This record gives sequence, C-alpha cells and structure tokens, in this order.
Amino acid sequence: MHVPDGFLDAPTSVTTGIVAVAGVALALRRSRGDLDDRVAPLAGLVATFVFAAQMLNFPVATGTSGHLLGGALAAVLVGPWTATLCITVVLLVQALVFADGGLTALGTNVTLMALVGVWVGWLVFALVRRVLPSRARSVPVAAAIGALLSVPVAAAVFAALFVLGGTAPVPAGTLFGAMITWHVVIGIGEAVITYLVVSAVMSVRPDLVHGAQHLPTGRSTSADRESVTP
Amino acid sequence: MAGSHHHALAHHGRSWLQAMPAHLKILATLLFVIAVVATPREAIWAFGVHALLLLGVILASRVPLRHLAPRLLIEVPFVIFAALMPFVATGPRVDIGPLTLSEPGLWGAWNLLAKGTLGVGASLLLAATTQPADIVSGLARLRLPAQLVLILGFMVRYADVISGQLQAMRVARESRGFRGGGLRSWPVLASTAGALFIRSYERGERVHLAMLSRGHDGHMHVEPIAVVLRAWLIAMTLPLAAAVVLVAAMVSR
Repeated sequence: MHVPDGFLDAPTSVTTGIVAVAGVALALRRSRGDLDDRVAPLAGLVATFVFAAQMLNFPVATGTSGHLLGGALAAVLVGPWTATLCITVVLLVQALVFADGGLTALGTNVTLMALVGVWVGWLVFALVRRVLPSRARSVPVAAAIGALLSVPVAAAVFAALFVLGGTAPVPAGTLFGAMITWHVVIGIGEAVITYLVVSAVMSVRPDLVHGAQHLPTGRSTSADRESVTP
Repeated sequence: MAGSHHHALAHHGRSWLQAMPAHLKILATLLFVIAVVATPREAIWAFGVHALLLLGVILASRVPLRHLAPRLLIEVPFVIFAALMPFVATGPRVDIGPLTLSEPGLWGAWNLLAKGTLGVGASLLLAATTQPADIVSGLARLRLPAQLVLILGFMVRYADVISGQLQAMRVARESRGFRGGGLRSWPVLASTAGALFIRSYERGERVHLAMLSRGHDGHMHVEPIAVVLRAWLIAMTLPLAAAVVLVAAMVSR
C-alpha cells in the first residue's frame, strides 16, 4: 500500500517531502549525462515494469498491505540515480492517475520507495557483487539479495515514520513486528522476480544491465542481433 | 497494438472538464487535496462540506458516478487499516455498544478515512477527465524537470506496447499447450517476463532512434497555450471553496 492522504501528520509529511525533493534534485543532477538515447527508453521501460509490479497488492496482517517495490531491480538495470527518477515517476503516476498513494503523501512515498528502496537495494547489491566472483552469473544473485533486504528496510522506515508522526498511537512493537515480518516474505517474492528478470536480461542483452558494467564482456548491440534474428 | 489511444481509467463520454487544460486540473486537484488534508479532523462538518463540494464538481462534470464508484476500491487496503486502528491503538478507551475502543484510534481512523477518501475521489475525477498523454504535457507545463517528463512520456507510450506484446506472447504460449497454475509454471512465466522486457525494450529503442533521427532532442516541446482568465477562475473554484472551508474549520475550533 502506498501511504494515503491523512496517514501521517503535517510535520512528518512536510519533512519527508523536503527529503524527497532534495533526493530527487540530486538524482536529476547526477543522472543528467546518463539519460542518453540508450538509457532513456530503458528508464521508461523499467518504470512501466515497476508500475505493473506495484499494482500487485498482498494483504498484510494488522490491515496494511504490501507490494513489490522494484527499487533494487530498477537500480541494477539503470543505475541508482536514474532508478530514483524512475520510481519517482511511477509514484507520481500512481498518485495522479490511479489515486494510489495520496498527493500530499507523495513526498513520504518517494522517500520510502524511490530513496530508501532504491539505495538500500543498490548498496547491498554493490557489496554482494564485491564479495562474489566477478562473473555474469553473480549479477542476478547480488540483485536478488539487494531486493530481499530493500523491502523490509523500507517497511521498517515506514513503521518508524508512523511511530513518529502517525495520526493514531499504535504500539511500536506490534507495528514493527507485523511490518517487518510480512515484508521479509514480500522481500522473498521480490528477490525471486528480480533474480529472474535480471538473469533473463543478462543472458540476452548484458549491455543493458548497469550493474554488470564492470564485467569485461563484449557488448552486443541490437543492430548486430537484428541481422541474426528474423 | 499501438492503435488505441484510450485508457482504462478515462471516461469516454463527453465532459466539459475534458476540454479544460490539464495543468489547471492537476493544480486544482493538488490544491484541493492540500486544503482537505490541512483541515483539522475534529471539524467533522468541514469534511461533509468538502465532500459536497467534490460531489458537486463530479455531478457538474457529468462523469457518471457508476464510472467512479468501482474505482474507489483502490482504497480498500487503507480502509482495513483504518478499521483496525481503534482496536490496536493505545490511549483512553471508550465504550461503543459492546466494544471498548481506543479514542485516539477512532480519531485516527476517521482522519484517514475522511481525508483518504476525498483524496482518492479527487484523483479519480482528474484521471477520468484527463488522458494520460495530457497529464504528461500538463506536468511539463507545470515545469516538472525535463528528465522526469522524458521518463514519464516513455512510460505512457510503453504501457500500450507492453500490454500488446504480453497478449501476443500469451497467445503464443497457449497455442503451444501451456496451461498456467502451480509452481511448475513459474519458470515459464519468468522467461516470459524476461523476454517481454527485452522485446519491449528493443521496440522502444527503435522508436527512440526513429524519434532522434526526426530531430527529437530529449525535451518535450509543449506549445504555450493561452489560458483565458475564465478557465483559471473555473478551475480554481473548487480549491478556493475548500480553502474557505479550511479557514472556517480552523477559526471555529
């Protein structure tokens, strides 16, 4: 579930809004050179995929529901800066067109999913990638571990925000317990999907995977492949 | 596949709201929701007035309520959360019938239900009267940074490409005897997702190269449109009325 209007009090919403604007502004600056003719369509496609994945909601105990975040997948495919922008766009569309997530809670949702989700996923991915052997097969594994951890961390940050600025006093222990337990389960689903999509893309177009740029592979362009596939 | 420019959420009837510039509608929706969220939750009457204002605009827009009502289901997860709040929240308890409920929990539930529902209603009306492509150009007019508009534009374009591609792959899978269900079908579905990703990307890549060769420079050029004062006044009626309610609610506290 995305945070709706009226869920967190005004100071918390405004603070997360400032955090979100600062994070997105930084991502805009850092990704300026990245969004070239190759990355721009990929960023749009990643946004569409994440959008579809986030529409699947699973009910979670104590009445909340959870869904896939897609942050780690986006970060591995297009890099964390562009991924931040992709998820921000997804959240904007969901709030404006699908009424999923409140407009005044957009800052909160961007902070949770576009900043925490993407960056935790990316940092875990980068750490695991360093530990694993430098091979193409390590990339999906590292991506899956990043996805696995990014979901419960985002859920924990959400629970912390609710304890700080929720509009009703809910015992912190119950909330953290329920949110984190269930989001570990969702994280497993997220890890499986991230692993499968990243390995599928790695096997055909490793040049499209930002998280595989360190690998010494020959890049195949779509022009080469066009001549092979009918 | 790419023929349809329609969208599942948009209402295809006639409504004068459809003709209003998208950026005015986005701005009006945003301001209305801010006014609603800022209204103190103790002023219960104020939310009734907010709801009447929104309902008035919906009726005036001639978007049928039976188009909007089923789409309110998007809020089911947080309605369940709201329903549980009085039971799990702490603080002084009150007796309501056979139940002993938390008073702050009840206020929290009311706050969430009232503000959340009004927010969803306003966004649904915006979606029903605005095509996704117009939302993209509307956001561009509202000075959304160019990179975000670029990604957003691709996303809106890809939505149709992907659903068409997925449909074609489903037909291909089933004509080879595939039946879904169970863990065994997961690898097949996963390779579908991977193949879908690459095929959609390569289509999008060709489209993008075609756009570049026709002079696309990464910016979306929106021609300035003259917005007459009357359109501004009409668009801002709802947020202004909501702001009056907000001030009245703050004063009467």
